[in-house]
Amino acid sequence: MRRILSGNEALARGAWEAGVKVAAAYPGTPSTELLEELARLPGVYAEWSTNEKVALDVAVGAALAGRRALAAMKHVGVNVALDSLMYASYTGLEAGLVLVSADDPAMHSSQNEQDNRRLAAFARIPCLEPSSSQECKDFMRLALELSERFDTPVMVRTTTRINHSSGIVRLDDRIELPPRREKFPRRPEKYVMVPANARQRHPAVEDRVKAVVSWAEGEDSPVAVEWRETDVGIVTAGVAYQYAREVFPTASVLKLGISYPLPVERVRAFAARVKRLVVLEELDPVIEEQVKLAGILCEGKSIFPLCGELDPTVVRERGAKAGLPVDRPPVEVPSLEKPELPARPPVLCPGCPHRSVFALLAKKKAPVSGDIGCYTLGYLPPLSALHFCGCMGASIGVAHGAAKAGISERMVAVLGDSTFFHTGLPALANVAYNRSNVLTVILDNRTTGMTGHQPNPGTGLTLQGQPAPALDFEAIARALGIERVITVEAYDTEALEKAYKELMATDEPAVLVARHACALLPEERRRWVPLEVVEEKCTGCGVCFRIGCPALLKSDELDPRTHKPLALIAPDLCTGCEVCAQLCPHDAILTRDQVALEAP
Amino acid sequence: MTPERKSFNFVMVGVGGQGTILASDILAEVGMEAGFDVKKAEVHGMSQRGGSVISHVRWDREQVFSPLVGLGEADILVAFEKLEALRFAEYLRRGGTAIVNDMEILPITVTVGGVPYPSAATLKRTLAILGATLLWVPGEELAKRAGNVKAANVVLLGAISRLLPLPEGVWWGCLERRIPPKFADLNRKAFELGRGAATVPA
Repeated sequence: MRRILSGNEALARGAWEAGVKVAAAYPGTPSTELLEELARLPGVYAEWSTNEKVALDVAVGAALAGRRALAAMKHVGVNVALDSLMYASYTGLEAGLVLVSADDPAMHSSQNEQDNRRLAAFARIPCLEPSSSQECKDFMRLALELSERFDTPVMVRTTTRINHSSGIVRLDDRIELPPRREKFPRRPEKYVMVPANARQRHPAVEDRVKAVVSWAEGEDSPVAVEWRETDVGIVTAGVAYQYAREVFPTASVLKLGISYPLPVERVRAFAARVKRLVVLEELDPVIEEQVKLAGILCEGKSIFPLCGELDPTVVRERGAKAGLPVDRPPVEVPSLEKPELPARPPVLCPGCPHRSVFALLAKKKAPVSGDIGCYTLGYLPPLSALHFCGCMGASIGVAHGAAKAGISERMVAVLGDSTFFHTGLPALANVAYNRSNVLTVILDNRTTGMTGHQPNPGTGLTLQGQPAPALDFEAIARALGIERVITVEAYDTEALEKAYKELMATDEPAVLVARHACALLPEERRRWVPLEVVEEKCTGCGVCFRIGCPALLKSDELDPRTHKPLALIAPDLCTGCEVCAQLCPHDAILTRDQVALEAP
Repeated sequence: MTPERKSFNFVMVGVGGQGTILASDILAEVGMEAGFDVKKAEVHGMSQRGGSVISHVRWDREQVFSPLVGLGEADILVAFEKLEALRFAEYLRRGGTAIVNDMEILPITVTVGGVPYPSAATLKRTLAILGATLLWVPGEELAKRAGNVKAANVVLLGAISRLLPLPEGVWWGCLERRIPPKFADLNRKAFELGRGAATVPA
């Protein structure tokens, strides 16, 4: 059977067909849908772990228990999991273990564009790079087999254009594998990484790299030569292979399904038969460096960009400039004489429960250390209420450091519910333990918003729909030794400000939980009621515009006194959260109740 | 467009939340049903929060390599929103066709920032430079007439279908698989209205 599958769906299908029993992940673009898809397939235990390190440990545990296992995460998630990846490289496993690293060239939804092939090399584990949805499925099985054959975790490294592109995939049946163990292994020399044992393992790891190279040089590895003309030979991997085929149809191609460790002799044999050897790869020159290190002359980043993602347009332009045989000249896009277009940045949605918090923090001119999630958008004008965002969980530690440095302002750390469990928790324990006066605001919207509504430990539900205890932020904060803890309804601007003032009046660690479910959740959508502006009362003062709600428009009507545009609410966008109505100094915006009374 | 054409490149643009991803899913499936190799590319995550979104769909009788359509390579640009049609006009090839939904969604840079929203005349002029055919589709209006304003993406699929040499049954078969049975009649009507609307150039 053939179906159109995204890379993520194909990776999930491949894991399922190859008999994976346990899969763990933390949501992160572009990897998220992999676990969501796998969780729906029968015979698999799949979970959202609290963070990527935990996810990888969970997968290691399953693999030590003799069951095939998978951990999936976005590229920066591997940073969180790196400690675990490093020990797992030394210990090896009892059954196949695959780490899917979904990189994000061009940073469509990320804070950096690190190339995680470097981390595979760093951890001395094989790195497979699928170039299509079909290969996502095929390579998942191959990776599990390699993992068992060479006693190593295997990285399947994808990029946004692999995870979120779709193509036709041939489906197969699942193979049901008997567990490779009944009991947990008792092999301390292999699995207890004290120095004496680890010293024995390191040479084994280095021997393993050599063994993988020998395999990769052979006929069974995912390395393919496509002979065409021999003026130019292109060495490529991942989605860049597709661009090579598209743009250089006459060039010979060496397609590397494995980019670490590199089958150098295959490259050397290919290089010997072409006049000009060119490496085409996205981001870092990972293949190029290995080729050059082997003493093989090649070009690569001297032609193609290192920053950002490749696409056919860039590859054709740069290729043509370097004298490579392109399919046709680069398209001359005529000057379209367009005026400067208004940008359309992502924004906090209408009804977003984070808006009121940022409106308050902006009003108070608080220095805000932010975090990763929808609420990072609080940095955008007109709210402009977030002044730092680095990575998951950094908000609290950075605020604490600034506070301890003796800064003159009271630091506020802001993070979401899922991010709190991810890496906020140890940082909050640190604030409590080392006593800084950081105010930590937990934006509890009862879901993991940015990645598309995944459950988390605060929601009372698991990935596979099982009920779970909803962890209680207040109780956790108090248990850590923080006495100043207040929870408020996020849409209630008055309660929010009162709580803020109360917490700021003290000089000790404090936690404010601003709670309201994401406006896009189905049960919230059912409550949407658009509000209305009373034109006679509106003066065009602009207070409501300052909260940056997409549903609040400037009317063509001007206030006769101020000549400023009146407010207008887009009925198809407004959810009726009433934050604007509460902030309006002229009571010019009708509340839900008032709208109901007005209705005929 | 001629039936013997070997390949088709589509670029679908709009605003996060408008249903471009579902429409591009269906467009890819139609291509596969009609015997093409197909690929589709899109981006999830942050840009979906009310930002500009773009999906690429490619059909080829032999093999599609790149999932991305290059600049100047789209045969058909489908814009769910007018400003986005202008923003992504460079994707359209010379003499291509732009199907533009008659819909304005004002970005925050207009509503708060005060940057002017470009006029329809600007869009027409831009597409004229490309020698492109412009088809206006009143997507929301027709969707409302069909019974639900949210079916505007299906109206636009209907408009696209008129430009392609495939039997209507292929389209409907793919749509039916994606749509809950209770909404089948509504969407059928939306599709038919869109298919009719695309014959009337602006």
